[in-house]
Amino acid sequence: MSQPDTNNSKAPVVNKRISDPQSVQVLLIGLTYLFFIGFIFLPLGLVFTQAFQKGWSFYLESIREPYAIEAVKLTLLTVAIVVPINAVFGVSAAWAITKFNFKGKTALKSLLDLPFAVSPVIAGLIFVLLVGSRTPFGSWLGEHGIKIIFSTPGIIIATIFVTFPFIARELIPLMEAQGRDEEEAALTLGARGWQIFGKITLPNIRWGLLYGMILCGARSIGEFGAVSVVSGHIRGQTNTIPLHVEILYSEYNFTASFAVASLLVFLALLTVVIKNGMEKHFHKNSLHL
Amino acid sequence: MGIELQNINKKFGEYKAIDNLSLSIPSGDLIALLGPSGCGKTTLLRIIAGLELADSGKIILENKDTTNLPPRKKNVGFVFQHYALFRRLNVFENVAFGLKVLPFKERPPRIEIRDRVEHLLKLVQMDWALNRYPSQLSGGQRQRVALARALAVNPRVLLLDEPFSALDAKVRQELRRWLRKLHDEIHVTSIFVTHDQEEALELADKIVVINKGRIEQEGTPQEVYDHPANAFVYNFLGNVNVFHGRIKNGKVSLGDHDLDAPDELKYIEEKPSQTFVRPHEIGISRIRSNENDLVGIIHEVRLQGGQIGLNIECEGLDNPIEAEVPRELFVNLQLAKGVQVFVTINRVRVFAGDYEI
Repeated sequence: MSQPDTNNSKAPVVNKRISDPQSVQVLLIGLTYLFFIGFIFLPLGLVFTQAFQKGWSFYLESIREPYAIEAVKLTLLTVAIVVPINAVFGVSAAWAITKFNFKGKTALKSLLDLPFAVSPVIAGLIFVLLVGSRTPFGSWLGEHGIKIIFSTPGIIIATIFVTFPFIARELIPLMEAQGRDEEEAALTLGARGWQIFGKITLPNIRWGLLYGMILCGARSIGEFGAVSVVSGHIRGQTNTIPLHVEILYSEYNFTASFAVASLLVFLALLTVVIKNGMEKHFHKNSLHL
Repeated sequence: MGIELQNINKKFGEYKAIDNLSLSIPSGDLIALLGPSGCGKTTLLRIIAGLELADSGKIILENKDTTNLPPRKKNVGFVFQHYALFRRLNVFENVAFGLKVLPFKERPPRIEIRDRVEHLLKLVQMDWALNRYPSQLSGGQRQRVALARALAVNPRVLLLDEPFSALDAKVRQELRRWLRKLHDEIHVTSIFVTHDQEEALELADKIVVINKGRIEQEGTPQEVYDHPANAFVYNFLGNVNVFHGRIKNGKVSLGDHDLDAPDELKYIEEKPSQTFVRPHEIGISRIRSNENDLVGIIHEVRLQGGQIGLNIECEGLDNPIEAEVPRELFVNLQLAKGVQVFVTINRVRVFAGDYEI
């Protein structure tokens, strides 16, 4: 980003000729700002105005209310389970795809994007059809006292499905660029599989992995569609933060709804900040080969 | 024997990468596997190291059959074309890696590891860089660290996969001479793969020329260069003029000219032939000294260090001849573009039959 600036100060004449006319610059920058204002600043501002409409104490009350706290707990529990599971899956999938040659590799690589392409609602429905109480498998589980749909496991499974591409997607290009040379070198030097993974592979991908985990976590917190289908909206039991927001909203309890929603906004902003810090580190450390 | 390969075969799909190849290398030798890209030389090296599995055949390293050992137990030092240093570890940790991953019982004590790593880094003249990271080193320095890393585990054999090809010309030449010197000190049986004939000729005790997964010729650099076994080897080792013609009645045709065929081809029936002449085996003069001399016009003059390259269009030949003359002769004869010269062919190699390259 800083390169064009230095060029500009050193060779203004050349740069003037090759850069776009002033009017185009103004127009594009203006449009960008307009877009940001309309789609990001304004809505964010509205969330907070609505949240604090009835004052600070009402805000605190809304987010301290037992159902809200249960929703936050469930959301955090979901994230705490989903992210590690997807990290393990993402690393093994990326490892398999980049370091081995096997049949169906290309197909797997493209299918990895499926959760992004398919509507989350359908993702939820798939699991209802698979393990819901009306299916043979679901009723068998029910007889053994295992409940998946309309309970926490269902929410976790649906969230895993929706977020599993994030980490693998982040790691595959990185591992492809790094190649197998270092692992092969370690192999000829006598290292065992786990030593190679722990000492060579993991350190080489750690920033990409963390970055993918952040994205995966952010999406897990905010996932609505798939979770909505499998959760059953039982207050205090199967409500995550986004579902709780929706319930409050549909009960015309706007201020409380926005207050809880502001929690999501805080989490999102936190994610962006961490992500940015990480990106700097990531580019500094991981990409030089 | 340092390295003994018996009937190695390897196919990638339908493609025969290694075709029933056998090779014996005495202990302590430095061998060059020389061949064009895609000839299977790197595959062969990777098979010896266990990074690739042969379809059949036997690999014996320093009298131990390692065919079915997993790569980590083959105890082979491998140096990669692009160094493959561990980017997250500093130079010391890179070289110490092979010792530190040993099972607890075999692992030397810390101080011993330190001593050994420092000794090796001194050997490759990199002891000043203990705490540097690979990204802070130049290509030549990285490759020297990679060599120290490979030597740290006391390998049975050392394998180098085009070790200098990613370096620039000057560093390449320096490192080449330095590797030869190093090998004379440590005497570990070594194979290096290269497609650069100059490198092979300069560095190796013995050259193994490989083409299409088979050995075309093996021998000392002198033998291989002076007595190429076939047209492929002749063509691959150094610049060469090729004339396609026919052998007939003890004569080889060279364009409109006829040369006496070599003795072993004198009495064969009519066949297509290929005649090879090295550019430095061509004599140039301004006066006709021999009735067999060709008459030509200098078409192009190229400066090649101490030698001058000439491209000469000769009467009766389809293609121009490449010749090399010392700079002194070039000046004395007042040669230049467009000058008429007489060309004496001092030495030819004739191969009968069409050889596909």
